[in-house]
Amino acid sequence: MSIVTVQLGQCGNQIGFEVFDTLFSDSYCSQGLCSKKENEAYQASCKERFFSEEENGALLVLVARAVLVDMEPKVINQTLSKAARSGRWKYGQHACFCQRQGSGNNWAYGYSVHGPRHEESIMNLIQKEVEKCDSLSGFFIIMSMAGGTGSGLGAFVTRDLQDQYPNSFKMNQVIWPYGTGEVIVQNYNSILTLSHLYQSSDALLVHENDAVHKICAKLMGLRQVSFSNLNHVLAHQLGSVFQPTYSAGGSFHYRRNPLGDLMENLVPHPEFKMLGVRNIPQMSENSLAYSTFTWAGLLKHLRQMLISNAKMEEGINWQVRPPLSGLPALGKTSFNKEPHFNTSIANLVILRGKDVQSADLGGFKDPALYTSWLQPENAFNVWKTQRAFNKYEKSAALVSNSQSLVKPLDTIVGKAWNMFASKAYIHQYTKFGIEEEDFLDSFTLLEQVIASYRNL
Amino acid sequence: MTQSVVVQVGQCGNQIGCCFWDLALREHAAVNQKGIYDEAISSFFRNVDTRVVGEGGSISKGKIRTLKARAVLIDMEEGVVNEILQGPLRDVFDSKQLITDISGSGNNWAVGHNVFGSLYREQILEKLRKSAEQCDCLQCFFIIHSMGGGTGSGLGTFLLKVLEDEFPEVYRFVTSVYPSCEDDVITSPYNSTLAMKELNEHADCVLPIDNQKSLFDIISKIDIMMNSGKLGKTVKPKSLVTSSAGALKKRHEKPFDGMNNIVANLLLNLTSSSRFEGSLNMDLNEISMNLVPFPQLHYLVSSLTPLYTLADVNIPPRRLDQMFSDAFSKDHQLIRADPKRSLYLACALMVRGNVQISDLRRNIERLKPSLQFVSWNQEGWKTSLCSVPPVGHSHSLLALANNTCVKPTFMELRERFMRLYKKKAHLHHYLQVEGIEESCFTEAVSSLSALIQEYNQLDATKSMPIQDLPRLSIAM
Repeated sequence: MSIVTVQLGQCGNQIGFEVFDTLFSDSYCSQGLCSKKENEAYQASCKERFFSEEENGALLVLVARAVLVDMEPKVINQTLSKAARSGRWKYGQHACFCQRQGSGNNWAYGYSVHGPRHEESIMNLIQKEVEKCDSLSGFFIIMSMAGGTGSGLGAFVTRDLQDQYPNSFKMNQVIWPYGTGEVIVQNYNSILTLSHLYQSSDALLVHENDAVHKICAKLMGLRQVSFSNLNHVLAHQLGSVFQPTYSAGGSFHYRRNPLGDLMENLVPHPEFKMLGVRNIPQMSENSLAYSTFTWAGLLKHLRQMLISNAKMEEGINWQVRPPLSGLPALGKTSFNKEPHFNTSIANLVILRGKDVQSADLGGFKDPALYTSWLQPENAFNVWKTQRAFNKYEKSAALVSNSQSLVKPLDTIVGKAWNMFASKAYIHQYTKFGIEEEDFLDSFTLLEQVIASYRNL
Repeated sequence: MTQSVVVQVGQCGNQIGCCFWDLALREHAAVNQKGIYDEAISSFFRNVDTRVVGEGGSISKGKIRTLKARAVLIDMEEGVVNEILQGPLRDVFDSKQLITDISGSGNNWAVGHNVFGSLYREQILEKLRKSAEQCDCLQCFFIIHSMGGGTGSGLGTFLLKVLEDEFPEVYRFVTSVYPSCEDDVITSPYNSTLAMKELNEHADCVLPIDNQKSLFDIISKIDIMMNSGKLGKTVKPKSLVTSSAGALKKRHEKPFDGMNNIVANLLLNLTSSSRFEGSLNMDLNEISMNLVPFPQLHYLVSSLTPLYTLADVNIPPRRLDQMFSDAFSKDHQLIRADPKRSLYLACALMVRGNVQISDLRRNIERLKPSLQFVSWNQEGWKTSLCSVPPVGHSHSLLALANNTCVKPTFMELRERFMRLYKKKAHLHHYLQVEGIEESCFTEAVSSLSALIQEYNQLDATKSMPIQDLPRLSIAM
């Protein structure tokens, strides 16, 4: 089954490009460390998911199953020419929609002006892309939540997708802005985005710029970090989730419905749909050549990253321990105790590389890791393939639905609330039909989400 | 991509404008080596085939033929505009873009606003409409004028209202040159105060520039450094301040050229991220969205660094960091103001050239402790990265601050206004003009006072402890 990607705004388009480029170069790289047959099956599966084929004379060219949307032309032009220059894959000739004037960081402008005005054209493009799929697994929507186009128009398009494709899965890749501002109204734009997505999307996969930046600086050893570096790490993380894996233990068939399986494994309740990704190992290509890993070591670190809520393997707090079983639930819910334990709703570990069958995942099956109303066998899943990913001989990704986003969410809601109380910038939103009540609705919904996650 | 139209009004406005077009041409010439008319150039220039007579001359694609500025030049005397038409930039403008008169406004806002306003309204409107029609997607009018005189101040602010009525969707960014205390126009406090009311009501963003003090200080400082040999040979000849040579006469003959150059550069840097590519774009409509929390508080204090270039292009991080530090020092502000001692409502950092997001983050973290932000906007930063540096530089920074440090300029203006007004000095020159009554003066000064009061209220929050407000509580 195929996934149609919708890339929105500057951020969405820049990341979208890196994702497709990573998927392509991983699939067609020579270092898959597996049999030829195996590699071909992997390539075919990746292609079914993310690329269609186009004949170009005698050559078959891969075309990303993607729709590019932006309200100003610069970024899309840049993205298209980068893809064309790669010479290996490209975007569809008529898969772009852009306008001349951006949303100006105004969520209301993206949602209430650009949305309705361009609804038909954008949905038509998406439909054309859907028609190219033999069967549709769902939509992957890449957007930032700080700006205007990605966030406002992204929320609008997601709602439209929910209306027109109610049976397809919708997963939004949401880029969480740097804590110390990129856009001054980012907290307003973020709460409006999140609250709207919560009502129309099946899952929100969140990446925080601050966390990715740290990975670039610490693990990749980059002295000067550029957006292209950030997007590269992000694409690696997404690729590690979306590249093919076997459908079940012992089976050698690749999973057919990646989005559906992700939802089934990770979103057991509609109140909880915020997901985060952690990867191990992550390092520069130079260091990779001199490193070896064992599954036991990797998984031990990955588990501690989960429970201590660390985004990377450096600087993990090893003091954090799961609460003793049998302890009253109260101990788990109290949120202020330090260092605090990150309770999960669901976890999915994805293992890729040599000897995956030998990896022991017992550590993730401890009931103490999960909320009391789910048993580990329902809350934990593992996907595997012995095909190595992106030149890592062994690598593990953990997608989890846990409390880890409560803190950043709480911070954003708090800052937006402080600003809202002073009524600053509200006039910029009411100008385009987003009223104070709409803000209050968003605040209410998100306070509810925070409370629900806290009380796990 | 969007386009902007520059409306330059009065002597000062036209001098700055002239400088701006010179620099804009140089910048695009440096970036666009192939001579193809592209979207970046189209934001300020039309491509015209002059062999075609009449209306059909505009070319949207292909090789650059003749570039025409998207500009309307207005002056009520002929001197400066004639000089432009005889100078090297004459081909950039054609007669259809000009409006001149011979009588001048006599340093009287009322003459500029009321007399010439009603006399030239239709003619101005026609030229504005024409220039708007020549755009695919007109986003912004840049009005350049001075506050102290008659034409720029009076007709320039009259225009604002016209633009607002006629093009409500198009932004109005105003570069206003404020008179200094040593100003030789005796009525400048009247003119400026009357103009302020119009700016308060009809502008989206105002970039105040101090005519004398700050810019003069900046320029003489660079002069001293160059002459003393301290920077001597390491200063590039084509630095920001000294690169005016082409279109205008030598800098030393005209002390204003250096200043005009800085203001022209301000406009170039302000628009660079919307014209050129970058990893973090900032369109013009993002400026007011991010920097104007309340409609009235739309005055942005700007600073530009570096003002001269050092010869080595490969910048060690220390020097890059110095650029960020300078942008916050009071010596680099384009009005007399000290943002570090006042309260920030919001701040934008627009970076050009070889600078990455990590450099930006590092400097924000480093500088933040020394800056005070209003309680509800503790992380009030808007940032952009444009990959094309200014000509002759490896990198540059434009900082725009919505900061209460702009208040003293307004208070001083009010004081000077009151000094004249108490004695009713020169009032009769204004009251002679049709439509001007004393109430115009009282309304103007109370509009100014209301603005000052808004800044006062914000300043009063400075000493208050910052605390989180009680949030909505959820019943579980």
